[in-house]
Amino acid sequence: MRSVAAELALVLRLFRADLTHQRKRMGMTMFAIAWGTLSIVLLLSFGEGLKRSLSAGARGMGEGIAVVWPGATTRAWSGLPSGRAIPIRDQDVELVRSRVPAMSAVSVEFSRQAALTAGTELVNARLRGVDPEFGELRNLYPQSGGRFLNARDISRKRRVVFLGEELARDLFGTEDVVGRTVQIDRATFLVVGVAQEKLMTSMYSGPDRNQATIPATTFKSMYTDARPSNMVYAPVRPELGDTAKAELYRVMGRQHRFDPEDERALGIWDTRENQRITLNITLGIQIFLGIIGGLTLLVGGMGVANIMFAVVKERTREIGVKMALGAKARQVMLPFVFEALLMTVIGGLAGTGLSLGLIGLISVLPLEGDAFDFVGHPTFSPAIAAATALILGTIGTGAGFFPARRAASVEPAVSLRCE
Amino acid sequence: MMIQMRGIQKVYDTGHVEVRALKGIDLDVDRSEYVAVVGPSGSGKSTLMNLLGCLDTPTAGEYVLSGEKVAGLDRNRLAEIRNRHVGFVFQSFNLLPYATALENVELPLLFGGVAARERRARAAEMLEKVDLADRMHHKPTELSGGQMQRVAIARALVNRPTMVLADEPTGNLDSASGRGVVGLFDELHDSGQTIVMITHDMGLAGLANRVVQIRDGEIVEDLEAAA
Repeated sequence: MRSVAAELALVLRLFRADLTHQRKRMGMTMFAIAWGTLSIVLLLSFGEGLKRSLSAGARGMGEGIAVVWPGATTRAWSGLPSGRAIPIRDQDVELVRSRVPAMSAVSVEFSRQAALTAGTELVNARLRGVDPEFGELRNLYPQSGGRFLNARDISRKRRVVFLGEELARDLFGTEDVVGRTVQIDRATFLVVGVAQEKLMTSMYSGPDRNQATIPATTFKSMYTDARPSNMVYAPVRPELGDTAKAELYRVMGRQHRFDPEDERALGIWDTRENQRITLNITLGIQIFLGIIGGLTLLVGGMGVANIMFAVVKERTREIGVKMALGAKARQVMLPFVFEALLMTVIGGLAGTGLSLGLIGLISVLPLEGDAFDFVGHPTFSPAIAAATALILGTIGTGAGFFPARRAASVEPAVSLRCE
Repeated sequence: MMIQMRGIQKVYDTGHVEVRALKGIDLDVDRSEYVAVVGPSGSGKSTLMNLLGCLDTPTAGEYVLSGEKVAGLDRNRLAEIRNRHVGFVFQSFNLLPYATALENVELPLLFGGVAARERRARAAEMLEKVDLADRMHHKPTELSGGQMQRVAIARALVNRPTMVLADEPTGNLDSASGRGVVGLFDELHDSGQTIVMITHDMGLAGLANRVVQIRDGEIVEDLEAAA
């Protein structure tokens, strides 16, 4: 190890000597490496930004949740024919809540179109009646000063409403909305909260920003013929998703007398599936971008190798001298590999610094529009740093190894003769 | 016996012509001998030096250096033997231009895996021996020819080699510097160092205690000088 350190000191000196000797060539090559690194880091960071936006969008509806709709049986069971409609009733939601320990939260969801008026503004919007768990499940978070519906709202059938942020704007403009009242189908409701803006790419029955949410109990008392349109639940942990689903079918199957194996008896959308797909797609995109960047860097690596071949040729005599003094193959090769790595690392650091600067610059640019929601936030991550370092290291070592191997194949007797 | 060569042949196969550079050399060199190998250019003396210094292996024959059979060893083993047994002094000095005198002298110890502190101490001691204590941190370009050759001699000696193998050591020096180097060889000889010197300069060869003449790849004369 100590001799490696001494070798390193010599390599550094050699590097400086080479630098003055062939400054232009080395400069160009290190620039090529920096450029390649820049393209790798930027492409990967854009990929990372895209991945985060996409998964944030997919999570906008809720993290790992599943939505359950009424369905129809496809098999006969216990003397009952197939094709029988299976509804979701209030009490089913209660039952599932108490019988399925693998679920962390369950909420019923009633829904219908309703007319909302505030002052002279009239907006037709989707109105839904839900349980307090719905807020957590569906990532409905209030802007500061407001709140989502709570247990008391449910038990007292309060006339309170939580508004989507766009719906609130449509009704009230930009003024403070919490504490004001809105007429929903001619009943007066108090606004308790307005939703925070969020990116939402998956949805059923429209984006949350245009919807009004009231307690399920209030909903039922206003629209007495209402039936739940669906229920929403989340497993305790993502890996319990399949257990929760199976238990749901078992509990509902016993209640409504259908085969728990009959998937279509209930309509179910398990969003974990989507999230898996999104993850795979974005991973694919990142690998693709990484390969493009890697190829760019490879060109720089060839430049390094090219220089190192020239350097080996120039130093043939010196290599011979070292061999005469007893340097083994490894000891002859090491300096060349180090020198190539050094060139690569310097270029790579410059490229990384440059790309971090660019990423910082892009993040402060006022980019507006839907497309920029996805590509406008290139993000550097430790994984990208590791990948870049790995690629740079591999290319640098490769670019040094092959010239070094040629150096080690020098015949000392021959090289010492060439004056 | 320090050096034992038996029936050494070296054939260079250039593709269409075979060059028989050495045609069967028998050579014994004893400890503390000071041998000059002389001959005109093309006589095979450079080839002999390469073989003696383990820079190359013979096509046929047997070579035992300090009890170790050299023929047939791989490159790394040969490097080890050069490192331990041979101290080279070249006509053109062959110092690394970007390293200081001290670092140049340290090189054989570096390749031999000697620890940094000991390396530095031994290299410095050796430079003092060749009267270059005040030039340790100079680069070769800041030294005169004679000084460079003395650095090279310090480098050759630093690993206490079995033999010093010198190839026209005064060839690139003016006569004054040359005399200095020759004096240094005399001192080494007096202290018991085995020296083999390749030269075409009969005057230089006359200073050795044994002169081996080569012509056309064969030893034609082997004279022990009168003491």
